[in-house]
Amino acid sequence: MTHAVEIRDLHKQFGDNLVLKGIDFTVEPGQVVCVIGPSGSGKSTLLRCVNLLEEPTKGKVFVNGAELTDPDADIDAARRHVGMVFQQFNLFPHLSALRNVMIAQQRVLKRGAKEAEIVARENLEKVGVGDKWNSYPGQLSGGQQQRVAIARALAMNPDLMLFDEPTSALDPELVGDVLTVMRKLAEEGMTMLVVTHEMGFAREVADRVVFMDGGVIVEDGPPSQVIGDPRQERTRSFLRRVLHPEG
Amino acid sequence: MTDTPTAAAEPARSGLSPRQRRRISLGVQTVVGIIVVIAVILLADWPTIVNVFLNRDVAALMIPELFTVALKNTLIYTVSGYLLGFVLGLVLALMRLSSLAPYRAVALVYIEIFRGLPALIIFLLLGFGLPIAFPGFKLPGQEYGTVALALGLVAAAYMAESFRAGIQAVPKGQMEAARSLGMKPGRAMVSIILPQAIRIVTPPLTNELILLFKDSSLVFTLGVTAATTELTKFGQDLTVDQANSTPLIVAGATYLLLTVPLGIVVRRLEARQRRDR
Repeated sequence: MTHAVEIRDLHKQFGDNLVLKGIDFTVEPGQVVCVIGPSGSGKSTLLRCVNLLEEPTKGKVFVNGAELTDPDADIDAARRHVGMVFQQFNLFPHLSALRNVMIAQQRVLKRGAKEAEIVARENLEKVGVGDKWNSYPGQLSGGQQQRVAIARALAMNPDLMLFDEPTSALDPELVGDVLTVMRKLAEEGMTMLVVTHEMGFAREVADRVVFMDGGVIVEDGPPSQVIGDPRQERTRSFLRRVLHPEG
Repeated sequence: MTDTPTAAAEPARSGLSPRQRRRISLGVQTVVGIIVVIAVILLADWPTIVNVFLNRDVAALMIPELFTVALKNTLIYTVSGYLLGFVLGLVLALMRLSSLAPYRAVALVYIEIFRGLPALIIFLLLGFGLPIAFPGFKLPGQEYGTVALALGLVAAAYMAESFRAGIQAVPKGQMEAARSLGMKPGRAMVSIILPQAIRIVTPPLTNELILLFKDSSLVFTLGVTAATTELTKFGQDLTVDQANSTPLIVAGATYLLLTVPLGIVVRRLEARQRRDR
């Protein structure tokens, strides 16, 4: 069986700053993998390397068995199968919610306007913002914007969804709506790679949790182990700080 | 420096408070203004002024050609030059942002030259330099083609810089989101980045339209005919003909008829952008 994501000896360097120092890991189809770790640990960079928004300095990235780091790979074609959700939503502010979800279907998948609109409405409905189809991003709350962004990615029928701290820019009371949508996606069997600070979500939804620190993977296993009973001191001290910030 | 706090602490040195002093100053300004206005009204030779600058009979001679020929040609020159400048400016802006160094260099040299030269020199070079250098070569549309090209070449340099600023003002995440949806760089630029960039630079682009509208008067250097004349030349010819300045005033007022509303539009757009931010 081919891995949904396979990463081999991944290095990424920004100038003198070595952010990823040799990452090896895989995601199997249907798995939900949460990546946790302190800020600056390289977890967002790792995620951005999976769809080559960042070009790896060294190492290989495979998605569904196809090597994206191959110089001859058609990156644009590969990205069609990989949805991405950003911390800052990155909705297109000049387009309505509906048009946000339609435009890539029309321009990339060459779907007709009618079909694209049907798919867009289905997905907006699915993430609970079907009634906001005519609103512009500036008129929506952060939670609504992020859900439109999820619908925009889903409309491309991705095999894999990447989430880059999807709730970090949200007001606390809006986080739940977005997590609910992500939970539903996980239950439907979507393959998901999620960089997050939401330990509750990671514990309940993830099949695997990866703890990163200093550009390497420190611990990788089921949430009951990595969060519930971490073996590494670095993981323990991170979790202490995250789960009991007062103490 | 040292006596500032003292002055603030002892406003009564001259026996007047700052508020009283301000009131006296305003009063003096008002009185001086009124005296000047009265003097101008009393001393000016109003009948002569009205006759030379606001002569109704002379103004009547300008109708309807003022609108049917002069204004029409001014608008044709302006709009054709603007469209050319818009397209060329956009191409130059994309070249400026290209990852290929030669493209960046060519665009930069072009912008520096055409932004730095007086528009008059471009007109003279195109009108007289080109025919001498390439005998028999003619731009399409005679004067219209030459003017459109001259105005377009100058406008493109300014508009390229506006477009570049607009493209760079679109957040980086927009390109990333578009690329992550599988759009190629060119597609993302056309569908996602440019629509936002053009919105951002609409005020400076509208200003450029106003500038071109005025610069179209430079067409006189090419020697226009009665059919290809525009507002300034039309006014100037009649002013000489009638030995009366009214035509220039009327021509000038016709420019303002369009530039003032455009200026209001620009201010509204700017206010709306400030609000949206």
